[in-house]
Order: sequence, then C-alpha cells, then structure tokens
Amino acid sequence: MKVTVATTPVDAVGLEQRAAAFATRSIKKGSKLAALDLSIRCIDLTTLEGVDTKGKVQSLAAKAIRPMPGNPDVPSVAAVCVFPQMVPYAAEALAGTGIEVASVAGAFPAGLGPLEVRLDEIKWAVAQGATEIDIVLSRSLFMAGRFAEAGEEIAAAKQACGPAHLKVILETGELGSYDAVRLASDLAMANGADFIKTSTGKIGTNATMPVALCMAEAIREHVNRGGSPVGLKLAGGIRTAKQAWHYLVLVGETLGETWLDPALFRFGASSLLNDVLMQRAKLETGRYQRAEDFSEA
Amino acid sequence: MILDYEPAPESTAIVNLRDSYGLYINGEMVDAISSETIKTVNPATGEPLAEISMAGPEDVDAAVTAARAAYENVWRDMPGRDRAKYLYRIARLLAERSREFAVLETMDGGKPIRESRDVDLPIAAAHFFYYAGWADKLDYAFGGVSPKPIGVAGQIIPWNFPMLMAAWKLAPALATGNTVVLKPAETTPLTALLLTEIFDEAGLPPGVVNIVTGAGATGSAIVNHPGVDKIAFTGSTAVGKLIQSQIAGSSKRLTLELGGKAANIVFADAALDQAVEGIVNGIFFNQGHVCCAGSRLLVQEPVAEEVISRLKRRLETLRVGDPMDKNTDLGAINSAEQLAKINELVQAGLDEGATIYQPACELPETGWFHKPTLFSDVSQSNRIVQEEIFGPVLSILTFRTAEEAVDKANNTPYGLSAGVWTEKGSRILWMAQKLRAGVVWDNTFNRFDPASPFGGFNESGFGREGGRAGLLPYVELESVANGAGR
Repeated sequence: MKVTVATTPVDAVGLEQRAAAFATRSIKKGSKLAALDLSIRCIDLTTLEGVDTKGKVQSLAAKAIRPMPGNPDVPSVAAVCVFPQMVPYAAEALAGTGIEVASVAGAFPAGLGPLEVRLDEIKWAVAQGATEIDIVLSRSLFMAGRFAEAGEEIAAAKQACGPAHLKVILETGELGSYDAVRLASDLAMANGADFIKTSTGKIGTNATMPVALCMAEAIREHVNRGGSPVGLKLAGGIRTAKQAWHYLVLVGETLGETWLDPALFRFGASSLLNDVLMQRAKLETGRYQRAEDFSEA
Repeated sequence: MILDYEPAPESTAIVNLRDSYGLYINGEMVDAISSETIKTVNPATGEPLAEISMAGPEDVDAAVTAARAAYENVWRDMPGRDRAKYLYRIARLLAERSREFAVLETMDGGKPIRESRDVDLPIAAAHFFYYAGWADKLDYAFGGVSPKPIGVAGQIIPWNFPMLMAAWKLAPALATGNTVVLKPAETTPLTALLLTEIFDEAGLPPGVVNIVTGAGATGSAIVNHPGVDKIAFTGSTAVGKLIQSQIAGSSKRLTLELGGKAANIVFADAALDQAVEGIVNGIFFNQGHVCCAGSRLLVQEPVAEEVISRLKRRLETLRVGDPMDKNTDLGAINSAEQLAKINELVQAGLDEGATIYQPACELPETGWFHKPTLFSDVSQSNRIVQEEIFGPVLSILTFRTAEEAVDKANNTPYGLSAGVWTEKGSRILWMAQKLRAGVVWDNTFNRFDPASPFGGFNESGFGREGGRAGLLPYVELESVANGAGR
C-alpha cells in the first residue's frame, strides 16, 4: 500500500471547465473517420443482464468480430464483456479472433461478498478463458476511510488474476467528489490495476467528461512518477459517436497519442457501436442509413 | 491520426465587408471631412480588409455636437425604463448576430474564433443585458442620492477586445443617460462599425452613440474637445498618463483602465492540474493581449519543477495558427508593431540570461504569429518581469512563503489583477487582503462577468467597469434634501 489520503487535490470548477473545452474541438472528415474506427477498436461490447444466455453471448460475439457484415473495412471491437457464467460461451465464440474475453467478477456490482469467494470467482473466470477481469473497488471500505484495506483487496484481486488483465471499477458516481475519484484512482493504480474504470453501468451516474479527465490526470501523474502505463475505461452512458470522439479528444490531449489504442483505452458500451457504425456509413455514403440497416447484437 | 484535427475553418461568408467605411455621426454613416484613410488588415494573412477614415478635429467636432444635441434633447431626460428598452434591444440583436460579429472580430483582430465565439461576444451581449437592467433602477443604486448623467462621454478603446470593450464602455454610459463618442482602435475598427447596424435596427435615437475611427490624433481630438464631459480610456499606461495631463485643469471626468503585470501565484497545496490550466488560460488567452494577463507566474519552490514540467507538456498540445480554424488555441498577433515589441522584449529576456522554452509548433508562413513562450531563471529586476509584454510570454519566478509571494506580486507599478491557487480557504482570504490588485481570482483566472467590477490600482488606472461600481464613472450623485426630516 503506497497511497494513503495524500493525493493531488482537484478543483471542481477548473476541472469541469477544462473538460467542457474538449467538447468544442471540431473533428472533420478524415479525423472523424479515424476517430470512429478507433472508437470501434476500443469498445468492450458488453452485456451484463440477469437474462443473458449462451445465445445472447454468441450473438454479441458475432457482432464483436464483424460489426458491419459485408464491410470488412470496419474493425473488430476490443473485447466482449460478460458475467462469469457466460465466459465459457464467449471464449468459445471468440477463440482465435484476438478479441479479448472480459468478465466482471468479485461480487459485481457491489463487491460485498466474502473476499475469498470473490477471489475464487476471479480465478474461476480466468480458468474458463477470461483474459480480462473487471472488479469493483470496495466503496464500503473506501467511504469508511479504510483505504489501506480497500487497496489490499485490489492487490489480492490482481494476484488472483494471474495472466489476466485487471480493470478496477471505481463507481465514480458513488464517490461524491473529484478528490475522491482522484484518490480512488491512485489507490487502484498503486495496487496493481492495469486499467481504471469509471462505472458499473448499474447506477444512475456513469462516465462523465470531468470524471474521465480527473482519472486521466491521475494516470498521467502516476506515469510521470515512474509508474507503468495504466489504461482508462469509460463505461455507462456513452451512446453516441459524438460523445465518443469528445472522450477521445480528452484522452489524447491529456495522456497523449499512446493512449489512443485499445491496449490503454476502452469504452464499456453496447448501444454506442451502432451509432458509430451509422456515423461511419454517413461519412462514406453522405447519407444517414436506417437504424434497421445495423444489426442488433 | 485523430489528434491532427483536419482544418475546421469557420466560414467567413456571413460577413459582408464594404471596401471603405465612413464615420457614424448622428445616426448615419457619413463621409469623413478628413481625407486621410488607413487600411485595416487581417493579421493572420496580412491582407487588407477595408479602408477606414481617420477622423480629424472637424469630424470629432461634428460627432460631439451630435452627441450633445442627443443628450440635451432626447437621452438625458428619457425615462430609464425607455432607455432600458433600447439597451435590451441592442443586447438581443447582438446575441442574435453573434456569429457574424465573432467572425468579423477574428478577421480583423486575429484572435481565435473559439474565443470570439465563446467569450467576447457572449460577454459583450451580457454586458448590455446587465446594464439595461440598471437603467430604470438608478435611484436605488446608491441609496439616498439621485444619480444624474454627466453629459457627453468620449470613449477610447483598445484593439485586444474590440467588441467587448465597446460593450463595457457603451452599456453603462447609455444606461445612466449619457451620450457617447466612441473611438475604436485603428487596427480593429470593424466590429464597432458593424455595431452601428444594430443601433439602427434597434431604433436608437440619432446622436446617442457616434463612432469615429482613427488613431492617436483622433483620440487626442476627443480628449481635448471642450464639449466632452467625460473621458473613458482603456489602453496603455503611457497614453493614459498623457490623457491625464491633457485634461488637467478642465472639469472633465476621467477613468483609465491601463496596463498590468499580474502575478499568478501557485502554492504547493494547489490543485496542480487545474492550476496549470489556469496558468495557460492566464497568459495565452487572446495571445496574451490581455491587460489583466497572468504574465508573472509565482510558484512555490517545492512544486516549481513539477509545475514547470506539467506546463511544458501542456504547451505541446496548444494549437497555434489560423484564427478562423475552430481548433486553434492561439491566433495571430494583432499587428506587426506589436509582434516587434514582443520580439524585442523576448530578446531582452535572453540577453538578461533567462532560460527560454517554446514548444515545437510550426507557425503559419503569412501573418504575424508568436510561439507560446516560457521564461524561467528570471529575477524580479529583469525587464521581462517588470514590463508589460502584451504577448504570449510567461515569466516564471519562485517563492518560499506567502509573505514573499505577496511582496513579489505587489512589487510592480501596476495592480490590475492577481490569481491565487491553493486549496486552503483561509490563505486565499489572507492573500486577497494583502494583494494590491483590482481583481483577485482564486483558483481561476481571466473570468469576466458583467456583475463583477473590473479595474486597477496604481498605474493600472482608476475607475471600475462592470457591476454597480461601473455606474459611478458615468453619474453625478445629487443629494436632494427637502427639510422634512428634522
């Protein structure tokens, strides 16, 4: 545990002002096409519902591999993100494609199961073929000020992941301040997170531009202080291509071009993909297509 | 790649430029009596935009005469609520045509369209809205005294915020019942001339606002005209001093908003990422052509290296170039003359042994541009620390204690603005008490609001613009006693 409560403070007014400025960047033609393709390549195509089935996961995997059947120029997404029980189906459907199998684990979304059980869940998902594990920060420990224990849980999860990448969900909508988001980011990074992630998508407030900026600034400082590059995953509420390129501008201008790559940046989303595809088709054909022209996953 | 951002130029088709412009006197565009003209150019290309009249003494006299007649016959005695209607109309029309004004402002002055669109024009319109609200409430503004207009106001404005400064000057003068002769700067007269279309559309009575274009001689004719009751000037300290000496012995009222050399003070406990944004905004907003620019960075020693390294990194992402491109952060330097002045001071900094840093950006081949520039290893006695550069050049000094920060910040002939960056509320209050500056921004910089008074201490001038305090330079306070009280 390297981080306690001393962390770089965040001024909310300045942060929100800066975050708003990224959305005024004007992205035209070639830049827009690059942004749209990058958005697709960075998507963790996600289904996290109680009604998920083998059939649903197979359908999602097919969409992940070939988002626009008939147009091989459209790249595949980064990963398919599912509940642990769905991992075997996803792993089978995605075998040999290079698309990652991501699984939430560790008593998602509250994270309040017994630690041993949560660690076993991670190990089980990895054994079934998950290459990326999304866990939640214990907000229970964090909000009680028990930062060291919250950090130790993350370190234990990292160990349980073995070769799989660990994404730590901060659930920023519950943390109450940007200072807390910055602290939670530092805590996760100091304890081995490969990615820090905004949200579970299971509460009202998900990724926002200021929160994304706050986390990106935390990553930038972590790296400047000699830490290894940590990825950023923005999840929940990102539904339009326009939102996506605003986030890409934010990440690119804050962390640099290196982060504009699925190795270090992800969107956790489901409906975003079809809007990106629609904008992409508009760019190529000059016309908007019907929603029916884009397959549901 | 995506961050190269393909060119995204705002269209200039919305602007209808004439080949030449006359003067706006008594509600009409008229030919100047003076035959002297000057070309106003686009500083991003060096191309001339239009020919502008250089008003002579006779032109100024005609403008003052028109303003006097409008004052005595119409505006002074018009009920405040009726004056307010005109100001509200002007505000609304300006907001409706703001894109056209923003494009023209950027063409004529070189500032990025992002700023003219998002800052200059919205705040200019807000200023008219704000003072329109005061026009019928003047009797309640100062409590127990009745504010009366002064008469004809001669207003001389600079080239760095042409439209915004016009609004700052016109709105309070008109709300309080004065009439105006306004002189925009000779390098940026076009938005003020376009504003005359809005006056016409709003049905503003003839002579209430008169606009005469020209340079120093025109300004001098306004200052020395016996029919002018009040001078409001925004510009350099040298010219401000000259004006003050010229009107000495007359009954003319004077307000001056002059130069600055503001300290932006960053304490070790500050929110450093936002402080860096504030530093960038403080000195590179409008290419540093800002009287209240945070041109001296005072950073506490424990975080000095950290702040400078973050600042350098941030400078790499600033986009310098075509001001009309919607992604441009730093546009053109306003004139060749100003660029020469900046270059001279940058050379002085190098000669004095300061360490320079400029990002690797490329500058356009035409027009006047200057790279965003940082100077470190500077000392309090260096020219680049003492003198106003009025360009994108930041001098970085360090300090150890709050007392030392205050001493250094106040060690300047100016006193227009200051910025304090700390997470400790009590320290902000202590600093604000000690700093000699008209505006102290805490954890932000270059924020403007019509309700907030703006103006300077010391050689930064006197008088305030904005807020209730902004009414004072345009009124006489009359005590009316009827004896019933005792």
